[in-house]
Amino acid sequence: MLLIACPYCGERPETEFRYAGEAHIARPHDPSALNDDEWVDFLYQRANPKGLHVERWRHIHGCARFFNAVRDTVSDRIFKTYEAGEPRPDVNAVAADVLAKESER
Amino acid sequence: MSRFRLPKGGRIDRARPISFRFDGKSYGGFVGDTLASALIANGVHLVGRSFKYHRPRGIMTAGADEMNALVGVGADQTRYTPNMRATLVELYHGLVAESQNRWPSLGFDVGAVNDFLSPFFPAGFYYKTFMWPKPAWKQLYEPVIRAAAGLGKAPTASDADRYMQCYAHCDVLVVGAGPAGLAAALAAAETGARVILCDEQREFGGSLLASDTDTAIDGLSAIEWVAKAVEALARHENVTLLTRTTAFGYYPHNFLGLIERVTDHVAQPDPALPRERLWQVRAKEVVLATGALERPLVFPENDRPGVMLADAARTYAARYAARPGTRAVIATAHDEAYRAALTLKQAGVQIAAIADMRPQAEGEWPAAARAAGIEVMTGTAITGTRGRMRVSGATLARIKGDGTAEKGEQFACDLVLMSGGFTPSVHLFSQSKGKLIYDEGLKAFVPGASPERNRSAGACAGETGLHATLESGYAAGEGAVRAAGFGGGLSGRSLTVTEKISAGGGFAGAVPHGRNPSFVKAFVDFQNDSTSKDIKLATREGFLSVEHVKRYTTTGMATDQGKTSNMNMLGILSDTLGKPIPEIGITTFRPPYTPVTFGAFAGMSRGELFDPARRTAIHDWAAEQGAAFEDVSLWKRAHYFPQAGEDMHAAVNRECKAVRESVGVFDASTLGKIEVVGPDAAEFMNRMYINAWTKLEPGRCRYGVMCREDGFVMDDGVVGRIAADRFHVTTTTGGAPAVLNMMEDYLQTEWPDLNVWLTSTTEQWAVIAVQGPNARKVLEPLVGDIDLSAAAMPHMSVREGHICGVQTRLFRVSFTGELGFEVNVPADYGRAVWEAIWASARRFDAVAYGTETMHVLRAEKGFIIVGQETDGTATPDDVGLTWAIGKLKKDFVGKRSLARAQMSNPQRKQLVGLLSLDNRSVLEEGAQIVANPNEPVPMAMIGHVTSSYWSSVLGHPIALAMVKGGRVRLGDTLHVPMPGKTLQVKVVEPVFFDKEGARLND
Repeated sequence: MLLIACPYCGERPETEFRYAGEAHIARPHDPSALNDDEWVDFLYQRANPKGLHVERWRHIHGCARFFNAVRDTVSDRIFKTYEAGEPRPDVNAVAADVLAKESER
Repeated sequence: MSRFRLPKGGRIDRARPISFRFDGKSYGGFVGDTLASALIANGVHLVGRSFKYHRPRGIMTAGADEMNALVGVGADQTRYTPNMRATLVELYHGLVAESQNRWPSLGFDVGAVNDFLSPFFPAGFYYKTFMWPKPAWKQLYEPVIRAAAGLGKAPTASDADRYMQCYAHCDVLVVGAGPAGLAAALAAAETGARVILCDEQREFGGSLLASDTDTAIDGLSAIEWVAKAVEALARHENVTLLTRTTAFGYYPHNFLGLIERVTDHVAQPDPALPRERLWQVRAKEVVLATGALERPLVFPENDRPGVMLADAARTYAARYAARPGTRAVIATAHDEAYRAALTLKQAGVQIAAIADMRPQAEGEWPAAARAAGIEVMTGTAITGTRGRMRVSGATLARIKGDGTAEKGEQFACDLVLMSGGFTPSVHLFSQSKGKLIYDEGLKAFVPGASPERNRSAGACAGETGLHATLESGYAAGEGAVRAAGFGGGLSGRSLTVTEKISAGGGFAGAVPHGRNPSFVKAFVDFQNDSTSKDIKLATREGFLSVEHVKRYTTTGMATDQGKTSNMNMLGILSDTLGKPIPEIGITTFRPPYTPVTFGAFAGMSRGELFDPARRTAIHDWAAEQGAAFEDVSLWKRAHYFPQAGEDMHAAVNRECKAVRESVGVFDASTLGKIEVVGPDAAEFMNRMYINAWTKLEPGRCRYGVMCREDGFVMDDGVVGRIAADRFHVTTTTGGAPAVLNMMEDYLQTEWPDLNVWLTSTTEQWAVIAVQGPNARKVLEPLVGDIDLSAAAMPHMSVREGHICGVQTRLFRVSFTGELGFEVNVPADYGRAVWEAIWASARRFDAVAYGTETMHVLRAEKGFIIVGQETDGTATPDDVGLTWAIGKLKKDFVGKRSLARAQMSNPQRKQLVGLLSLDNRSVLEEGAQIVANPNEPVPMAMIGHVTSSYWSSVLGHPIALAMVKGGRVRLGDTLHVPMPGKTLQVKVVEPVFFDKEGARLND
């Protein structure tokens, strides 16, 4: 069971959360301006990386807020969580930073 | 006392004798015995029959890796547990156990004929042999195979025991309390950190409990050192000590599952105690000190009762004072077998010979064995055994220069001990997604790096020797507790250990035997009866990946999960494929390490507590009236209200007529309700729903339809505008959580600029639907401050006021096609208001009706139910709801998707009504519809029936269906093929009753 740090509530067990798919896929401002291919990309195309993934979670049995997390899909390590609306971080830098701090200890 | 019980020594309590039964026969043992040790001390080795060939099998190990000695334990079915490893079953007075997979008896088993038919059961035989005819698989092959193969039988009665679950947090969790684990716990505990130490055995100490008499740690005997260590740990308040507790699973973020067996070892358990306790532990740091398991040697007939792992035999003698035989032949590729030979010799077992596969054996242990006068034959392999119910002899043969074996020499014996070296128990480490590294010296995998915060110590890390093991334990304990943020307090220590060092070594693969391979069975996985021959056959048939070979031969797939077979399988594959083991790789270790009872996972979630049930405020009233209930998501809903002698159809026919002729009352409380509030509420509704909301005046309602972004109908419900900035949204009963989740998602992440609040109010309101021509008359006397007249309160309006003095939101809505109201009152008043309405309604021969009648009445009107007419691929247009779309809206969720060409393809399935041409057949919901029943099978299916009922009001059946291009087929005859007949149906408009809607607006 993952231990997830809700940016509003702190670390809580996974059972309090609900996964909500890849993050930073903004709904287009004017969907009618998109052609079918562009719309299909927005609607269905998702990254499925082996490694660092930026994804949305909702603390549904807590504060009920959506937020974002950088998770390694191989190790399940979560390197960062942050509020929805914040810009997408450089995931490799985030992970490298955490690992470097760890090896200092 | 049995001649197999040693007169002194061991960890048994000779002052507390015990009697127990095995296969109906009574035996004696002592507190401290396991079932296995007690049986051995009674001279019993034959304890089971093998899975496939029903070969006689004996006790082979002394621990969790036991593959043969699986027994059913429990005097009656309410407390019967199959497949218990006799090596871990603690003896208690009155224990009743039985062997498995034999009929009629363990000694005479009819299934043993399989052994002689074994040429018909090669690897993957069930894929090859039982192919045709196809129906025979279900009726003949599978039942016969299932009956003949297999292990224990599941108990037939419900489990009488209770199981508890608890959560725990700690700084350091130490798994395993052998020398390494005890040392790690000692090091961690001294800092004040919260430490949990668990071990699967009844007492801490691990291998030290079976230590040699001359082993010493800091001048103490091994047993004294253990006692002192446990005493020191017990003094710390910050340390939790868990014996009889197996860490079975390592889950992400240092979350481990532990199963504590609380009462299994007690004859008369305290009824206040659970049988087992499931610990869910979140640890900052984990120390794995899980030890190592001895590897069997894969030689012909290595499975006879009396063939054991060398270290297991030593453990029985040293720890349990049980003599596993009288005359032993020992086959080894590792020094530890010499240690076993010496212990057993001291215990009075004659050692016929030690056959060591290695060309030389010159370490301290072999030297000690030779000095004790034991015959040591190096460069020698065991190539077979004799005996049936018990081994009676072994063949030892010299290994030639080319690696093959010469013709061997026979040795009489009643015990064959084998040692292929030790495999570190890396199961939990591997479950933590840790990388394994192959160690050529050990012929086994050892822990590498793990993404989790853990470290391995002692034998599971590949350490050998007690001194090195203790050192690595202390180091791991210190390292873990520092990593958990505790500094200082760690006392320096210098260890002096007196021990003989094992030179190590080991073997993985098949022992050469020089015999005709067609006639011998050398078992790799004893529990699943897979042999070296099976693995070689699999490679010849093209299975080269270790994962494929595992599944094809089932090696490593039994309840022991390959604890003793994995490395030998890899060794054989490596040999056969000519590839080194690291290139072959290793199969994945998955939880659980050892089987865990279902009861422990279920915990208290049984019976009433299995699944939460939601009940409305009116539930008890309905139950008192004798309503039948149905489950709708978690809700219990009144399905129908049968009167004496009525079945469902009779009740529903009566209820439907009464609603249409007079009035009915219905509990609609389960409807999902969401309060949408805020200055931007209307804008938010405009974006979420396909409908237009801006112009809806406060006090009016609208039927709302919600699509997902992909354009398919997700939910529907009536929405009342209570005020300019407040909407009372209703959803389907099952859809409420998903709708609120989707609304929150858009509000929080796409449109955070909108000033809107969403609140689930499903459980705040009880909803009482009053439907029928007399509905107004029922309510009028109860409502003072709301004018219910058609002029003041038209269809699709909502008023706030009071009913029976209780605050209400009163909707004029109808899901029946009749004049109808839905009375919303705070749930606490739900039953009182319901009873007042019911009393008023009874003046008009009213009925209380349930969900079935609700379904029929709405189908007569062609009202869809999302999830019944729709299946997640229906657009609003498909189900005739184009009229609901706000045409002028620039955007709403799903709009762009609806603009795709395919979404307006005229050949999409569309909602239609169906009438059976025979005027009496009620179609089956889900039945397929075809245009031409004379087409060859498979016919082109053009649609399916979504709703179908007998309409008592109309006197004929009605159905709704989704049919390709349905709206242009109106008037056509279509066909519904059913078993034995094909029904003819006419396509009609999906409204069967009061097409003009006059009754609604009454």
